[in-house]
Amino acid sequence: MRNICLYFQVHQPYRFRTYRFFDIGHDYQYYDDFSNRSILQKITKKCYLPTNTLLLDLINKNKGKFKVSFSITGCFLEQCKKYSPETLKSFQDLAATGCVEFLAETYSHSLVSLKNEKEFAYQVKAHSRLIEELFGQKPTVFRNTELVYSDNIGEQVYKMGFKAMLSEGAKHILGWKSPNFVYCNAKVPKLKLLLRNFKLSDDIAYRFSNQDWSEWPLTAQKFSSWIHEIDKKDELINLFMDYETFGEHQWEGSGIFEFLKAFPAEILSKKQFVFSTPSEIASKYEPMAVLNVEHPISWADEERDLTAWLGNNLQREAFDNLYNLADDVAQIDDKSIKQDWYNLQTSDHFYYMCTKYFSDGAVHQYFNPFKSPYDAFINYMNILSDFTERVKKAPKHALSPLQDESVEKPKVIKEKKNANPKVEKAKPK
Amino acid sequence: MKVLMFGWEFPPHISGGLGTACYGLTKALATQDVEMIFIVPKAYGDEDQCQMNIVGANTIPIGIKRFNFKDVMKEMSYVELGSNLIPYVNEDEYYNIINKRVESEKFISQTNENTCLTFNGGYGGGLMQEVANYAVVAKSLVEMFDFDIIHAHDWLTYPAAIAAKEASGKPLVIHVHATEFDRSGENVNQYVYDIERAGMHFADKVITVSNLTRGIVVNRYGVDEEKVITVYNAVEKVNESEGIHFEKGFDDKIVTFLGRITFQKGPEYFVEAAYKVLQRTQNVKFVMAGSGDMLEKMIQRVAELGISSKFFFTGFLKGDDVVKMLNISDVYVMPSVSEPFGISPLEAMRSNVPVIISKQSGVSEILKHAIKVDFWDIDAMADAIYGILQYSGLNIMFKEHAKDEVDSLKWDNAALKIKDVYSDAINGR
Repeated sequence: MRNICLYFQVHQPYRFRTYRFFDIGHDYQYYDDFSNRSILQKITKKCYLPTNTLLLDLINKNKGKFKVSFSITGCFLEQCKKYSPETLKSFQDLAATGCVEFLAETYSHSLVSLKNEKEFAYQVKAHSRLIEELFGQKPTVFRNTELVYSDNIGEQVYKMGFKAMLSEGAKHILGWKSPNFVYCNAKVPKLKLLLRNFKLSDDIAYRFSNQDWSEWPLTAQKFSSWIHEIDKKDELINLFMDYETFGEHQWEGSGIFEFLKAFPAEILSKKQFVFSTPSEIASKYEPMAVLNVEHPISWADEERDLTAWLGNNLQREAFDNLYNLADDVAQIDDKSIKQDWYNLQTSDHFYYMCTKYFSDGAVHQYFNPFKSPYDAFINYMNILSDFTERVKKAPKHALSPLQDESVEKPKVIKEKKNANPKVEKAKPK
Repeated sequence: MKVLMFGWEFPPHISGGLGTACYGLTKALATQDVEMIFIVPKAYGDEDQCQMNIVGANTIPIGIKRFNFKDVMKEMSYVELGSNLIPYVNEDEYYNIINKRVESEKFISQTNENTCLTFNGGYGGGLMQEVANYAVVAKSLVEMFDFDIIHAHDWLTYPAAIAAKEASGKPLVIHVHATEFDRSGENVNQYVYDIERAGMHFADKVITVSNLTRGIVVNRYGVDEEKVITVYNAVEKVNESEGIHFEKGFDDKIVTFLGRITFQKGPEYFVEAAYKVLQRTQNVKFVMAGSGDMLEKMIQRVAELGISSKFFFTGFLKGDDVVKMLNISDVYVMPSVSEPFGISPLEAMRSNVPVIISKQSGVSEILKHAIKVDFWDIDAMADAIYGILQYSGLNIMFKEHAKDEVDSLKWDNAALKIKDVYSDAINGR
C-alpha cells in the first residue's frame, strides 16, 4: 500500500501595534492585542473550529484509517490560551484520537535556523516541551518554519534527536527526481526527508477556488483520480499546506469543506493508498537517495527560496540587528524580555517588509497589516530599538552551557561597567 | 495707507508656511497703521479678523453666470498640474496634488444664484481653474473696496493681482516666498514660470524673502534689480512648545532632520553625513521626520549603509509632535539644496536646539549662531554634527545666543521695511 501524508501548518503571529519613535524607551507594550484577538477569533470561526470538528468526525468514521499531522507554533498556542480556549480544546480532542501527529518546530515561527545554532536548538526544545504539555506527545519529526531546509540545517536537526524532517519538493533541487519518495540528508544520512508534492498540495491550497483554472471546480473524486494516476512505484504523496486553507484562504462557499469531507472515502475506497503520519513513514521507508541542498530552500513563492523574508536590504538589516542581540539575551533571566525576544523573531515581521510585488505580490498583500514594506520596516526597527535598550540595561548572568531553564540559575554578575575599570587598571602594561 | 492683499490661505486654515508668514506679517503691519483687506479664495469665518478684514473670494458676486476660464488666462497655455507647484505644502496635500489629475476638459466656470464662484481653497485638483477664477473675482473686488496699493503673495495670486492692477491702476507689490526653481529644481513647470514672470514684470516692486531668492528673481526671471527688495521673514514670539515637556527614553543623543523628504531639502546629504558620524561615535540616533517622494529611497539607502539601528523615520509629524521632537533633539540639521528662506531652523533655535544649515538657504544670510555648510559637503556636515555632540563648549555657546538671536528677528522690523516699499511704489520711486 502506498501512502498519503496530510500535514497542516497552524500559525498566527503576534502582530505589533504602531510603535512610534517617541515610544522608544517609554513603552514596551509592543503588541496590537485588539487585532491579535479579533483575527484569531475570526479565523477560529471560519477555519479552526469547523475544520477541527470535521477532521474529528472523519477520524471517528474511518476508525483509525484517516490520519493527519499538524505543526502548531508556540505563538499560536499562547494566543489560543488567551483568546480562544475552545480552539485549543478542539486540537486536544484531535490529539486524543491517536490518529493525529504533532510535529516539532521553532517556538515562534522564526528563521533562527539560518543564524544561530544554539538559539535554534533552544527554541525547538521550548516548542517540543509545550507540545508535550498540551497534547501528551513528544514530537519525533521536525518541520522548520516555512519548510526552510539545507544540508546544514538538517544536520542541526538530527543533532537535536529528530529522525525525520519535512521540506519542499523544490524543482531546482529535485531536478528529474520525484518528491514522492523518502530522501535523506547529505551530511547525516540517518535524517530522513519528506518532500512536499507542491503541484498537488497547491491544487488545494492555492488553486481550489480559482475559477480561471482549467480544472475548476476541483472535486474530491477528480483529485483522487489524479493521485491514482501517479506512477505505481511512487511510495508517498505529501500534501503539506497551511491549515487556514480550509475556510480562510479558500472560503466556505468555495466548497472546500465538502471536498475535505469526501476526500478520505474517495481514497480509501480504492484500496491503493493509506493515510500515514510523518513518523510512521519515517519508520516504514528507507531513503531512496541523498538530497543535496547547499543553499536554503523554502516552500514560498515561485523561487522556493528565502527572498520573501531576507530578499532586500531592509529585511537583512532588521534580521542582522535582531540576531546581534542573541548573546546578550541568552544571559538575561527576564520573562518579558524572553517573550519579546521570541516574538520579534517571528518570520511574519520580515515577510511584511518584502518588496517582491510582482509575481507573488497578491499573496504577500493578503497577509500584510502594513501599508508598505517601508512602514513595516520602520515600525519593526522602532520596536527593536526599544528592545535593544532594554537588553542593554537588564542584569546579565554568565552563559550557561545548555541555556536550559532546568539548569540551576548561575549567579547574577554585577553590571560590567562597575567591574571592568578595576580590572583594566590592575593589568600591568 | 490701505492695502488690498491677495493671499491663498490664512490661519487657522493653512496647510503650510505661506499662511503663517502672511499672518505674522499682516499682524505687524496692522500695528503700524496699515489697513488691510486680506483676500483669500475661501473665507471660513473663524479667521482672526481683529486687525484686518478677511474677505473670501467665494462671497464676491461677479455679475456673470458662467464663463470660459481658459479665456482669462489666454496669454498662457494651459497645462495640467503635474509638478510641485505649491509653495509650502504639507505632505497630505502634496500627495493629493501629485496623485490627482485635473479634469482638463472642464473649462467652464459656473457661478451660483448670487453670481458668486465656488472656491475650495487649498491646493487640490482644479487648482488652475481656481487661480483663474480668483483673477475674475479680483476685477469685482476693485470696485467694492477703496485702497492705495495691491500686495500679492506667491504665484497662485499673481493673476488676480495683475487683474486688480489693470482694473484699478493702483501700484502692485509682489511678494516672492518661493520660486518655481526652488520647488522643481531645473525641471520647471513652464506654465507656473510664465505666471511668475508675468507677475514680477507687471509689478512695481518685488519683495523677496532672501538675497538668494532675489538673485533668482533677477537672474532667472530677468527682473530689473532696482525694484527687487529683500525683506527677511521672522517668527512669532509665542512659543508653542510651552507647556509640552517630553523626555526621550534613552541616553543616545538625537540629531534631527525635519521637513519634506524631497530633493530640494537635501535628505540624502543628511543620511550620508549620519553614516560618517556613526563611524566615529555610536551614542547617537538620527531621526528623519517628515514624508515625501524620496522617503522610500532614503529608507533603502539607510538599510544599505547598515545604520538602521541608529537611524529612524517618524513619518509626517503634526503639531505637538514637532514640539516633542525638538524637545529631545540635540542637533537640528537643514541640508536644503534650495531654500528661499527656511523658517524651521528658527523654530529649532527657539527650542534651544543648535542648528546646522546649508549655505544655500535664505535664513543662512541672517543667522550668526548657526553652523553653515554647503549642502553637498557631507564631511563638513558630519564634522559639525560630531562637534556639537562631543564638545559641550559649542553646545553651550549655541544655547546661550541662539534664542536671543531668533527673538531679535521680529515681524515688526519686516513690516517697517515693507511699509517703505509701499511708499516707494506709491510715489513711483
